[in-house]
Amino acid sequence: MSAPTAPRPADDHGPGRGPVGQLLRGVGAYLLVALALGFFALPMLWLAAAPFDRHPGVTASLPEFTLDSFRRLWHNPNAVDSLASSLVLAVGSAVLVVGLSALAAYALSRVRLRGRDGLLYALLLLSSIVTGTAAMVPIFLLAAELNLVDSYLGVILVLTGGLLPAAIFILKDFMDTTPRSYEESARVFGASPLRVMKDVVVPVVRPGLATVGVWTVAQVWGNFLIPFLLLRSPDKSPAAVVMYTFYTEGGQPDLALISTFSLLYSLPVVLMFLFVSRRYGFRFHGGIKA
Amino acid sequence: MADITLNWLAKVYPGGVRALGGVDLTVRDGEFFALLGPSGCGKSTLLRTIAGLEAATGGSVHIGGRDVTALPPGDRGIAMVFQDYALFPHMTVTENIAYPLKIKKVGRAERTAKARETAEELGLGHLGERRPGQLSGGQQQRAALARAMACHPGVFLLDEPLSNLDARMRLEARTFLKKLQRELGVTTVFVTHDQAEALALADRVAVMEGGELRQVGTPTEVFRRPAGTFVASFIGSTPMNLLEARVTDGGRAVLVAGRELPVPEHAASLVAEGEKLVYGIRPEYLRWSDEAVGAALEGTVSVVENLGSAQLVTLECADGTTSVQVVVPEDHEPAVGTRGWAVPRGERALLYRDGSLVTAAPAPAAQVPA
Repeated sequence: MSAPTAPRPADDHGPGRGPVGQLLRGVGAYLLVALALGFFALPMLWLAAAPFDRHPGVTASLPEFTLDSFRRLWHNPNAVDSLASSLVLAVGSAVLVVGLSALAAYALSRVRLRGRDGLLYALLLLSSIVTGTAAMVPIFLLAAELNLVDSYLGVILVLTGGLLPAAIFILKDFMDTTPRSYEESARVFGASPLRVMKDVVVPVVRPGLATVGVWTVAQVWGNFLIPFLLLRSPDKSPAAVVMYTFYTEGGQPDLALISTFSLLYSLPVVLMFLFVSRRYGFRFHGGIKA
Repeated sequence: MADITLNWLAKVYPGGVRALGGVDLTVRDGEFFALLGPSGCGKSTLLRTIAGLEAATGGSVHIGGRDVTALPPGDRGIAMVFQDYALFPHMTVTENIAYPLKIKKVGRAERTAKARETAEELGLGHLGERRPGQLSGGQQQRAALARAMACHPGVFLLDEPLSNLDARMRLEARTFLKKLQRELGVTTVFVTHDQAEALALADRVAVMEGGELRQVGTPTEVFRRPAGTFVASFIGSTPMNLLEARVTDGGRAVLVAGRELPVPEHAASLVAEGEKLVYGIRPEYLRWSDEAVGAALEGTVSVVENLGSAQLVTLECADGTTSVQVVVPEDHEPAVGTRGWAVPRGERALLYRDGSLVTAAPAPAAQVPA
């Protein structure tokens, strides 16, 4: 009180409390953060550097610049086709998942049904089995019976089936937070149920639809097992499966091709995230609320 | 323009919950009509059944002479304003107001012009391009009203139109709403749990309890002559005093808290000596006196509540169990602990037998402006 400019006595207690100790602690904290960041950034750096490197290794290093890898990839018969194939599977599944889950979630949110929540949880639980390894044999047999082996439709249907429960779960939450008075108001003005859906419900839950769409595309884009098993001809294989074939004759992974292809493979998903996030804004607040 | 007739309208929810137990009601053309009651009394269900959002399980609804009981909401010639206004958040104010016209397949240019004009009438002209989220509560309410007006319905249905506004805005909006209804002359039914709102706005009020109408009448009628003790205790900003009474003096007086009070004239020949009744008198209809008066309730002042321009004084009567509330004008403030007398205005006192009013007189003159 009497000398407000003097350092407070408490500051001089112990070695860690002085200005030097504070500095050391600060440096330590930053070092820790830098290490953690480096740990996560290194693979990204490798992904950014290796495709342009003449002799890529498993370490991230400044590349000896070349575009050779891209040239080789362009001439690989399956590489470019596989990206198109991935796109077909991803977009097809996304359309089905968004459309079907929107209808189901709307109905489940609006209709009083006994055991509704139990049903949803059971579906959610089972869905991880449907697309998991456990059910692969019956799914393959089923697809064979239905003539859906080696067809995009078969893969799309299986993937859609696996993703629907989670999509319904997410969208139902969005639907639940949409006041019923919006729909009732439109109904009083004479709008038909489909009209209410189109004019009111869909625009209001659009962020939810966008979320589910993006999530579906990302899931399908990264799925390896199902297209690997169900698509027999190499020219139909999506990117995730084709990447698996980039080995040298000696059985060594062809790092140049793999890294280049990985970069091309991840770009569309990143771009889509950026676009959708700018357009609609993701609305995840502690869970799956709008 | 249209009148509304409800015949024995009933609504039982699946599971057996009876929300409406046979409601008979006629709302006249151009009338401003209030459905009033505590929460859970069925007033909102009644409004929603008129709108067609709930299907009636019995009886019929006629709007403008047409049986609409089985028609969907859109074909009933009504417009509804919801408690939360239900403005679509993804549309601008103009688009919101134009939406009903869009459904009715009015061309874009025409409906936009119509929406702008309606918005202008309600003082929203400069807000047309805003989204509902950017409007204040009062502006949202006006936008919702404009949307309802734009399609020229025969009937307006308003669900708790003022309850989402703060106290100050509410009074302003109340005056605005009443003026608007007068100007448009559209039959309007609104739901409220606030008796002051119902009395202030409506031409006639229906008081509901347990899915049934307890009384239908002008604000004056339901305030001065409640048909039952439920209505008596529900209506009025200070609740009516309802006191145990016994008829004495050959049917000319009632004994209330040990004091003899005259039987009101309109009930004079209808009571029998020794009968137990409930004596009802509003705090506003009791006159305060510091000196002993003959036909008056007597007691000690226990609480004085300031109402602004008056005080609400609670008297503990001599029998120790009865307490009476009296409104005392502002120029006189009785101190707590002093003795006082409350003199009923004889013609305003009411007697209730088994919860319903004992009276021979016709209802007081309706004060409905022509």
